[in-house]
Amino acid sequence: MLNRYPLWKYLLILVVLLAGLVYSLPNLFPEDPAVQISSERGDATIDARQLERIRTSLGEAGIDIQAVEEQPSSALIRLSDADDQLRARDRISDMLGDEYVVALNLAESTPAWLQSLSASPMTLGLDLRGGVHFLLEVDMDAALEQRLEVNASAMREQLRGERIRYRDTEIEERTISMAFANAEDRDEARSLIAREFPDFDYQSVGEDRGARLVMTMSDQAVQELQDYAINQNLTTLRNRVNELGVAEPLVQRQGPDRIVVELPGVQDTTEAKRIVGATANLEFRLEARPDTPENETETIPFRNSPNRTAELMRDVIITGDSVSNANHSFDENGRPQVNIDLDGTGGTLMNRATRTNIGRNMAVVYIEHKTRDTTVTVDGEEVVEREPYTERGIISLATIQSALGNSFRITGLDSPTEAAELALLLRSGSLAAPIYFVQERTIGPSLGAENIERGVMSVQIGLLLVVLFMLVRYKVFGVFANIALALNVTLLIAAMSLLGATLTLPGIAGIVLTLGMAVDANVLIFERIREELRTGLSVQQAISAGYERAFTSIIDANITTLLVAVILFSIGTGPVKGFAVTLSLGILTSLFTALMVTRAMVNLTYGGKPVKKLWI
Amino acid sequence: MKSLVNRQIDFMGKRRIAFAISGLMLLVSIASLLFQGLNLGLDFTGGTLVEVRYAVAPSLDAIRQTLESSGFRDVSVQTFGASTEVLIRLQQAFDPDVGEQVVSLLRNLGDDVQLVRAEFVGAQVGDQLRDQSGMGLLVALGIVMLYVAARFQYKFAIGALLALLHDVVIVVGIFSLFQFEFDLTVLAALLAVIGYSLNDTIVVYDRIRETIRKSRIDDMPAIFNEAINMTLSRTLATSGTTLLVLFALFFLGGDMIHFFSIALIAGVVVGTFSSIYVASALLLTVHLDREDLIPAKKEDPEAEELP
Repeated sequence: MLNRYPLWKYLLILVVLLAGLVYSLPNLFPEDPAVQISSERGDATIDARQLERIRTSLGEAGIDIQAVEEQPSSALIRLSDADDQLRARDRISDMLGDEYVVALNLAESTPAWLQSLSASPMTLGLDLRGGVHFLLEVDMDAALEQRLEVNASAMREQLRGERIRYRDTEIEERTISMAFANAEDRDEARSLIAREFPDFDYQSVGEDRGARLVMTMSDQAVQELQDYAINQNLTTLRNRVNELGVAEPLVQRQGPDRIVVELPGVQDTTEAKRIVGATANLEFRLEARPDTPENETETIPFRNSPNRTAELMRDVIITGDSVSNANHSFDENGRPQVNIDLDGTGGTLMNRATRTNIGRNMAVVYIEHKTRDTTVTVDGEEVVEREPYTERGIISLATIQSALGNSFRITGLDSPTEAAELALLLRSGSLAAPIYFVQERTIGPSLGAENIERGVMSVQIGLLLVVLFMLVRYKVFGVFANIALALNVTLLIAAMSLLGATLTLPGIAGIVLTLGMAVDANVLIFERIREELRTGLSVQQAISAGYERAFTSIIDANITTLLVAVILFSIGTGPVKGFAVTLSLGILTSLFTALMVTRAMVNLTYGGKPVKKLWI
Repeated sequence: MKSLVNRQIDFMGKRRIAFAISGLMLLVSIASLLFQGLNLGLDFTGGTLVEVRYAVAPSLDAIRQTLESSGFRDVSVQTFGASTEVLIRLQQAFDPDVGEQVVSLLRNLGDDVQLVRAEFVGAQVGDQLRDQSGMGLLVALGIVMLYVAARFQYKFAIGALLALLHDVVIVVGIFSLFQFEFDLTVLAALLAVIGYSLNDTIVVYDRIRETIRKSRIDDMPAIFNEAINMTLSRTLATSGTTLLVLFALFFLGGDMIHFFSIALIAGVVVGTFSSIYVASALLLTVHLDREDLIPAKKEDPEAEELP
């Protein structure tokens, strides 16, 4: 029979709409200012005693705690007043020390029954809601020192190749100073090195046994190095934040040596902070032979048992920078491991080094640049002094069984979380220079409250006009289309919330566009029904033919747009991606409401009844 | 509007005039892009960041208005940590005096303001993002062409692609010509324009295909006119409703979405025009025949059964 849906279709529509309603509900509950705590290595838990201490301490400071929540590997302390957030974080961070990461957070306040259905609100972007702001400083001195170390080791290599004898090298601020046995060796070395390293100003000092070659990096080279370090760090941080799945972040250079990272709304901020600030890298080095001269070796402790040490070569085979891909898994014994793929050059270097050293031991060294903050009193004022230090620890020392190639695995990590994070860090690239957190704040919406209010109001008025237009033009069918439009918005919000998408102003553009397209689908159908009525079809036939004939147009038009959205999503980043998510979801929900839901309403109203005239 | 349906408008007869108008708009757009380029916003260029501290929480909108009326462009004002600390981003090349300038302007409002820091900020959009997005757009256009070629015919694909390029170039051209500020929200609007224009083009194409298959005459311009006239009331209704929303955004939405709505309004108008006069009229220029659509007929029964 024409224009009747089977019962299951009505039920399906009802179920989808109910689900949409439930999953869009969390957006009605505002977020709480909160402080999130998790352990530095990402696995230890915060016990009840510590939480109790925090509670008392905050109570003493007059900070009002709304609730304390324990999650598997972190804890969340909700506060009543956003202005207390910074003070609360400082107090907690002082109490817990370096073992824990303490970060500001905006926590969702979805009621428990909704949370048990894993419903959560969609995140509002930095432009609409603001978020958490981290200011990081790039340690340029360390960047310079690293570069000089690399250059010095390359120079030594070159001198050894030409059999020129040198005694020792010293690195100070921006100079490398190399000592020689006599002036002839020094002069020969100077002409050789100066050809290969044009970034330095050369100076010969002393004669005979005091002969030294002093090489100072030129101002221009230092400037270039700093720009390189900042840009490399920007790229790496962008990669890392994207790897974390944070939608719509902001990563931006600020001043000569600082980087801003801003994360919108509800996010796992301690994890973000741990990953963003992590400077972990790897070095692969051979173990020293007993007869290796002492100035070519270095003693490094094991990471998990600091009392055990090994004597390693100073020269590094490759570092984590040569890693092209990395992911974590488990070995045969269920211990965490990281699988590593090297790039072309890295693979060649690794192969050359291992091929000629079968039977020797190779160490994987885990390096972390950290800082200690100490408060000292200078001239009666409290000043925080930051002291950078580097931690090196061997995570594995194993015999080279055969020549290694482009891909291999490393073991010896503490926990699966650590393996996962190391893989992420290697994948997203290492930082060209260590970075430190200098500031952490919550930040308000960049668009401003009044602008957002006006924006929201104008969208509402626009929609109201559309609703009126549809009513006037299509009468009863306009009512159907308007109900479908309202359901479409609900479904779209539900879908975005379920996927954890972030809503920004560009996202609202996507919504406006899909609403336009949803209306378009109904307009196409209704115009077609009118046309069919004009050609003399009966009411029931006209409705059926109208839906059927408009269908190909609607499908073709929506599929082409959907294709664009899907490709933009898979290739684009940041705001482009956000727009693509909204657009694709919007197309799917609008197809459902414009085709299925309006048809159901039309069928319920007119289907199977004798209808003389259609109010369309 | 009903009267429109019965009256036949000779769209194709005027296509040469339309081509001339399109050509002229494209020419002006490209020339403007070449000679004066785009006025890129803070997101793309970077600028200056000023952090200030107030004694009492200020009105952020008043700060923005003060700075904008003093000639600073693209001002964003945010609270920072507490409601008395304010972060201001300006699209203004950094120099050490900017901070003091901003603070003295704000002091004129009668508030107690202190400068905390002033520094330059880099672009929010990295080269990587720009390159990836450009690549993404090219791939997207390529795949859409393949889809249109498969569902319709390759001549349709060429028409749709040219219509899209036409719309994008003209909207970007308008932003260049009037030196409107081009930021990330405008970029998003541009993507929306692509979606809208494609949607509109396909709907018109669908009707043209249907009309060609049904009619027995070979007079293509007449067939096209009939098809376009049949979709006309739908085109007007859809563009009309979309424009209703956009004009509401434009007049009531405040300055932040001003350029965003301009881009969309221009896009909808140009997109509707190009569906008829670029996408469709070009089919006449490339000599679309009835035979071009005959092989496609085989898949029709399947398509009909899809619902």
